[in-house]
Amino acid sequence: MRELSLNVMDVAQNSVRADAHLVTITVTDSDKSDSLIITIADDGCGMTEEQVSQVTDPFFTTRTTRKVGLGVPLFKLSAEQTGGSFNIESELGKGTVTTVTYVKSHVDMTPLGDINSTVSILIRCNPDIDFVFTRTTDKGSFTLDTRELRVVLEGVPLDTPDVLEWIEQFLKENTENIYGGAEL
Amino acid sequence: MKSLAELKAIRDKARAEIDLRKENPNAARVLVGMATCGIAAGARPVLNAFVEEITKRGLTKDITVTQTGCIGICQYEPVVEIEIPGQEKVTYVKVAPEMVPKIVNDHLVNKNVVTEYTIGAISN
Repeated sequence: MRELSLNVMDVAQNSVRADAHLVTITVTDSDKSDSLIITIADDGCGMTEEQVSQVTDPFFTTRTTRKVGLGVPLFKLSAEQTGGSFNIESELGKGTVTTVTYVKSHVDMTPLGDINSTVSILIRCNPDIDFVFTRTTDKGSFTLDTRELRVVLEGVPLDTPDVLEWIEQFLKENTENIYGGAEL
Repeated sequence: MKSLAELKAIRDKARAEIDLRKENPNAARVLVGMATCGIAAGARPVLNAFVEEITKRGLTKDITVTQTGCIGICQYEPVVEIEIPGQEKVTYVKVAPEMVPKIVNDHLVNKNVVTEYTIGAISN
């Protein structure tokens, strides 16, 4: 993957397929501590202990249409090649939490890329699922919570074009704010 | 800054239009393959290009853009399927954002399949 945001999109779709109602994505980017931490948490169907132990194996997949599953192994590789770490915790019936930690200054660090686009596409394509996205830098933090938007929207779907436009602008403006207006 | 007040205004505007949207069973569907293979091959900018082109032409009520999983032809990703009610489904392969305006114009608007981008043309 060219950008970590694409790994996030890929793994978040596992949450969607696990029938999650709420997917929480957090990205904490700190120059001070030279780290980037991504977590993806869902309240989906979860996995058994055995499945969790197999999930980073590229030749394990729950799908029947093909024999390989590269999403999680690629994500894990991206972190470990920077000296970071990768962790999945899951409980059957409760959900799954994936935590990925990067050493930002490492030469093999993959750029985060357009994480806002990942979030807006996830909302666009899964308007019935709630997403909570929190993005933090040393300068500040913001959260987009689709549950809050739903309260305001009173039944108007999240995938209404004007609403999606609002979400994209909200993400863009707030990101500029916490990155000090610098080009990303 | 984007405010919730602005979102309320969008809600009120959308309410006035929403019935139109629900009553459109003839909406065409654009399905972009977004599994690991599709994403790695560049499906995200393709999906964004469709959304942009369709919005620019004011066709958001007639065409929905959504994602689908891996359909098993990973070597041809990014794969885009177009479903127009009453017509056979068309599968475009190795789609790049630059190809999107032509697909929207020729196929979705004028109902002429862009044969040279389809799986039939590429795999022969």
